[in-house]
Amino acid sequence: MISVETLHKSFGKLTVLDGLDLSIDEGGIFVILGPNGSGKTTLIKSILGMVVPDKGNIAIDGKPVLKEWQYRGNIDYLPQIANFPSNLTVAELLKLVKQLRDRPTRDQELIELFGLEPFLEKKLGHLSGGTKQKVNIVLTFMFNSDLIILDEPTSGLDPIALLHLKELILKEKEAGKTVLITTHIMSFVEEMADEIVFLLDGKIYFKGTVNELQQKTEQQDLEHAIAQILKTEHV
Amino acid sequence: MTYSFFDLMRSRWSLVYFGFYFLLGMVLLFLNNDVSKAVITMMNIIVVLTPLIGTIFGVMYYYNSKEFTELLLAQPLRRSTIFLGQYFGLALSLAGSLVFGLGIPFAIYGIVGSGALVSFILLLAVGALLTFIFVALAYNIGLSNDNKIKGFGLAILLWLFLAVIYDGMFLISLVMFDDYPIDKFSLIASMLNPIDLSRILIILELDISVLLGYTGAVFQKFFGTSFGMLASFGLLLIWCAAPVALIVHKAKRKDF
Amino acid sequence: MLRAILILFLLPMVCLGKTINVCSSCQFISIQKAISVADSGDLVLVKAGTYAEHDITIDRPISLKAEGDVVIDGEKKSYIIKVESDHVSISGFKLKNVGISFTKDFAAIYLHKVEHFLIEDCTLEAVYFGMLIEKSSHGMIRNNTVSSEGTEEVTSGNGIHLWHCDNVQVDGNHLFHLRDGVYFEFVKESTVTNNLSENNFRYGLHFMFSNNDVYTDNTFRDNGAGVAVMFSKFIEMKRNTFIKNWGSASYGLLLKEIYDAEIINNEFIENTIAINVEGSTRVNYKHNTLKANGWAVKIAGACYANVFEENNFSSNAFDVSYNSKINDNRFSGNYWSEYTGYDLDKDGTGDVPYRPVKLFSYVVNRTPETIVLLRSLFVDIINFSEKVSPVFTPDELVDNAPKMKLIP
Repeated sequence: MISVETLHKSFGKLTVLDGLDLSIDEGGIFVILGPNGSGKTTLIKSILGMVVPDKGNIAIDGKPVLKEWQYRGNIDYLPQIANFPSNLTVAELLKLVKQLRDRPTRDQELIELFGLEPFLEKKLGHLSGGTKQKVNIVLTFMFNSDLIILDEPTSGLDPIALLHLKELILKEKEAGKTVLITTHIMSFVEEMADEIVFLLDGKIYFKGTVNELQQKTEQQDLEHAIAQILKTEHV
Repeated sequence: MTYSFFDLMRSRWSLVYFGFYFLLGMVLLFLNNDVSKAVITMMNIIVVLTPLIGTIFGVMYYYNSKEFTELLLAQPLRRSTIFLGQYFGLALSLAGSLVFGLGIPFAIYGIVGSGALVSFILLLAVGALLTFIFVALAYNIGLSNDNKIKGFGLAILLWLFLAVIYDGMFLISLVMFDDYPIDKFSLIASMLNPIDLSRILIILELDISVLLGYTGAVFQKFFGTSFGMLASFGLLLIWCAAPVALIVHKAKRKDF
Repeated sequence: MLRAILILFLLPMVCLGKTINVCSSCQFISIQKAISVADSGDLVLVKAGTYAEHDITIDRPISLKAEGDVVIDGEKKSYIIKVESDHVSISGFKLKNVGISFTKDFAAIYLHKVEHFLIEDCTLEAVYFGMLIEKSSHGMIRNNTVSSEGTEEVTSGNGIHLWHCDNVQVDGNHLFHLRDGVYFEFVKESTVTNNLSENNFRYGLHFMFSNNDVYTDNTFRDNGAGVAVMFSKFIEMKRNTFIKNWGSASYGLLLKEIYDAEIINNEFIENTIAINVEGSTRVNYKHNTLKANGWAVKIAGACYANVFEENNFSSNAFDVSYNSKINDNRFSGNYWSEYTGYDLDKDGTGDVPYRPVKLFSYVVNRTPETIVLLRSLFVDIINFSEKVSPVFTPDELVDNAPKMKLIP
């Protein structure tokens, strides 16, 4: 599905991705973990073409994607910070984003799911952070793409919405889609992840299931497992 | 593009801008009772103010819509489409506010049929072009600086430099080196600054009589024929196109 | 009055004499021959046709009149008509192809030492000089059209050239493509009225050493250098229009060494320099309109006791330019379109004096190339600071009673 070869990226003197290789198969939920600044977001943005890598190749379904743009029509992306033009109403924003892709959407269903109906005619500038994140989620999931990339999807959500989100992700997985998530919430990882990709210093440190990680680090729960990795690495 | 235009048309700011020009036009006409004199006063305002407003709106809009830009970047859109769309959306709505804001009062007052019509249209055209130039320059500043404060500072500085400081240095150097043949230098120096260029374009129309007062052959050729008008207009268009090309170039290489 | 006297003198000539016809089938086929047999007071009537004659000499008081389209072709040889007698009138001819010489001032009509002449309704084409009138007086030149084919100043002559004359009226003529439209040298008590002088290489109207003359209601347009009045006294200039006299040494009106003149109700529009004054004294400028000129009034050197009152200065790049710090001229009650003061007592006069001399005009005088910075924000700033505390401009040069509105 996604293959990344020797990806290099540095911002000024700071090297963020240092010859990263990764391949992700089709179907399933993949969680990208790593300490702050390990290059999670940069990796995701490289896949999306938002960051231009210094070196390396990225291919999706066997086709190189660097400098292309049409391929993004089959990716849904949930950005970390959802900040929308404050002059538009929610409905207008939805309409606008829908115009960008000429395909059927399921926004109505999602709006109901997250209870956004009362906000449709409100201006985006007047919404709370959590509501904005819900709008963000609606925007992301409404296109039904084969690849879904979520950058910190849980931030600002109330428990009910979180529940809905989890259901949504699981449903997507059942539909055979590939879901790529970054998060810091370990319970979320344990609950959802089929496979973990652990980034450290711009490289893949570990790739495998939660169980495999626990075995490797000889820790019972994930949080400790991660802590163990960081400890051994930095001593 | 549709989006930006839409967003801006709804935005209070572009209405305020429109209202500002509308009022300005009305007040000028009311105070002057003389269309051609109002045109001259307006020239000062347009040459100084449209770049300022273009620059400020440009950086402001760039930074404000940054997150939305990122959202768009994840969509199946070409980068150049996104940025040119935003740029043209903003520049068009600003230029529209200017043209209609000033155009309506003057039209009511009866500019059509008065001798100042040509100057007036030229003035609006130059104002619109300056808007396009300075929004593009501001966008370039935005694209090169992720730091909002720094971007704003640079934008204001750019305006201040081109509107005032440049002319000051220019004037001083002309007076200092007046023993040398400086007519070519003075023409070239004024072509390098879009504000000076537009000013010259307008005074070619308004004050041609005084420009012909200077004896130099280069000036005579430039000001005495339609060559000057065409050359300045052409250069102004280049001044428009170059920063836009730079936007595309920068946008392709920028990380978000 | 003058006109009445003239008519009184001319009437008897037309009424009392006999008529001699000239045409291809008449007794006389040559104009010169017809004149040579005419007696005083006769009318020589020339019928339609083209006559190739030059140096036609009128040596007796007769009327020479054209009936229909009469063309006298001088074939570029010499003068066409020479008048050597008093009481001569010439009317209705088309004269063309005057000789061009660098030693002699050939003219279509040449008058020497004559009185009481009348030249009217003639069309003078391809002339060197149009009318050359020397040491003559009490004449009328009206409703003629004079033009030349010259391509530059040195190969063209003047349209109506008067030298040592007095009491001559020049009225309703159209003069173009000449060196000077009308040229007066040592001419006294004469008038120039209702003429249109345009596209001349040098001046539309040129006065030298001529006193007590009046010119009114003329239009001077697109001339190389406008109108020049030099070394003259007691000249009245009223209701004239000076328009679009463009060029590096060009002005609407040039005054040089002028004393006691009146310049009233004239219009100066879009000239490079509307009024250029050098060494003039006791000149009154009243009710003139100066609009959209480069320099409205440019004063250079030794100008004393001139008064500028109730003029309209509208949209000029520079209203007044001075090359010295000394001012002995008075500006009062003018309208200045750049005036930004207020009028709290609502008497129509601004409460703050206006300074018509800008610092930038000094800079431009010094370094002409700086003109490209005209109307730049920086220039506005230095002008403003000079206005607040004058350093370079004469600080007593102010209009203490600037008008708030355009003076009708």
